[in-house]
Amino acid sequence: MTSTESKPTDLPRDQLDIAAIKADFPILKQDMNGKRLVFLDSAASAQRPTSVTSAMTLYYETTHANVHRAAYTLAEHATDAMESARKKVAGFIGATSADEVVFTKNATESLNLVARSWGAANLGPSDAVVLTELEHHANIVPWQQLAAEKGFEIRWIPLTEDGHLDLTDLDQLLGGAKLLAVSAMSNVIGTLTPIRVLADAAHAHGALIAVDGCQYVPHLATDVVALNADFLAFSGHKMLGPTGVGVLWARKHLLEEMPPFLGGGGMILDVKKDGFTPAEVPHKFEAGTPPIAEIVGLGAAVDYLDSLGMDQVRAHEVALNAYAMKTLKDRFGERISIYGPTNPSDRGGVMSFAFGDLHPHDVSQILNEHGVCVRPGHHCAKPLMRILGVGATARASWYVYNDESDIDVLADALESAGDFFAF
Amino acid sequence: MSDLEELYREIILDHYRSPRNRGELETPPAHRTEGFNPLCGDEVIVYLLLDDPAKGDDAVVTDIRMGGQGCSISQSSGSMMSAEVKGKTVGEVRALTKAFKAMMSIHEGTLESGESVVTASLDSDDTDNFEDDAPEMDGELAALRGVVKFPVRIKCATLGWNTLAQAIRESIES
Repeated sequence: MTSTESKPTDLPRDQLDIAAIKADFPILKQDMNGKRLVFLDSAASAQRPTSVTSAMTLYYETTHANVHRAAYTLAEHATDAMESARKKVAGFIGATSADEVVFTKNATESLNLVARSWGAANLGPSDAVVLTELEHHANIVPWQQLAAEKGFEIRWIPLTEDGHLDLTDLDQLLGGAKLLAVSAMSNVIGTLTPIRVLADAAHAHGALIAVDGCQYVPHLATDVVALNADFLAFSGHKMLGPTGVGVLWARKHLLEEMPPFLGGGGMILDVKKDGFTPAEVPHKFEAGTPPIAEIVGLGAAVDYLDSLGMDQVRAHEVALNAYAMKTLKDRFGERISIYGPTNPSDRGGVMSFAFGDLHPHDVSQILNEHGVCVRPGHHCAKPLMRILGVGATARASWYVYNDESDIDVLADALESAGDFFAF
Repeated sequence: MSDLEELYREIILDHYRSPRNRGELETPPAHRTEGFNPLCGDEVIVYLLLDDPAKGDDAVVTDIRMGGQGCSISQSSGSMMSAEVKGKTVGEVRALTKAFKAMMSIHEGTLESGESVVTASLDSDDTDNFEDDAPEMDGELAALRGVVKFPVRIKCATLGWNTLAQAIRESIES
């Protein structure tokens, strides 16, 4: 499942001013191991612009109080700040109502929420959940945990040789299934999956579709209505926002029908000795004090991405995909294998590769000496690793603050790794 | 020598390129144990043959083979380990393992837990001080000392040793 050539065709115009964008990210101004820091690990966690950290600091210094539970003005301001961010997030993904946006800790918690709430209420021994072979563990393990309790079947959509979903037997796999849980973009090989096609197919079989948008939402314009999704999970820290905040979007009627996940303060309408009445959505799913400052920071991240324009973000990343694939192939030929789709437009800004027979851990160790941050490992996708036939890959990933010069440094560093290990 | 050259000593790369005792042993009589590094996906398989597991610490490692896949550090450490322990008693292997992990600056308590907790110092001055106090580590294994300066890689170096410790435990218990 490797590409031997790249075909940079029909490249959209990349109009972002990357030098100006880089300047918005203070962390990138430092040297690392005596070299310019070249951050190529945004698929794991992105960096954040000053506007995000400033918004959080301003919130703490001028606005903080606990939300939703006090009559004083400061608490009203804090609540407004949080709810304003909810509206921004809703707008960013094309949600028809901000009530459909539930704040969680991260995408992992969002997916667990779907499993533990909707899944536990709706899945039994005669049911099936369909996953794909390129899922992140966060969209596998919650379903395996629940299946162990409820006894439903887990089915897998396989991959084609070039890392796309193989939809040949889709109808068969969806027959009798109640849910299709699928990543919109692989965090390992960058594959973009056809969510609208999958959603329509799932619905035709009476199933719902839960989309792991952790890699997709930060990098491509997202419209939950156009995607025809039922659930969408994503994390703040992968989209220039803070750690500790994630989102579950779901159709409002689903959220209203689902039982609460975590119980506690903030998620109830009333509590008596013999039971409780849950609050309205989305608060029903937000037990305890939420990460208010992080939510405010996420709102600022959405503002930043909106100011660039997600279509521009995508165009830039496709251009970088094409540049990286061409540069590395031109320079290293058969010595480098790039996993996943061969067309730059079929991929997100994530590139897993094998460099000769060097182990990814050793490759990344040498790259680190050159200030280059790439990730070696299984990327929390061990079923996919087994299909690729490797224990680990080296993965470089890019975002709005990366440019061709970063790819050039990566290529130079790889050359050095080859020299070091005399291969 | 730079830290990087210290990490990748020639003898380490030699063991990586030409691993010793690579292969499998028939089970039984040998015992097979797999070890994983969940962080990076590295895998080590130890095939351990003791002359008589009932002898406990006095049992002798009559043969050992290594399988699996991983980075140069995990694979070379396993290769060196296999060469060192063959012919030694279980007691001697345990002592060697203890000394090796001390060189890696890992507390002994993690040895049997199956889940190694890395407690290496990040500070190079401390590391230097520590080296003065470390038990003597003879021969090729001493080449792995440079790993300590790269805390993330310590788990690579100890993967084979943890797996061997588990293999010994399982062999004797069964």
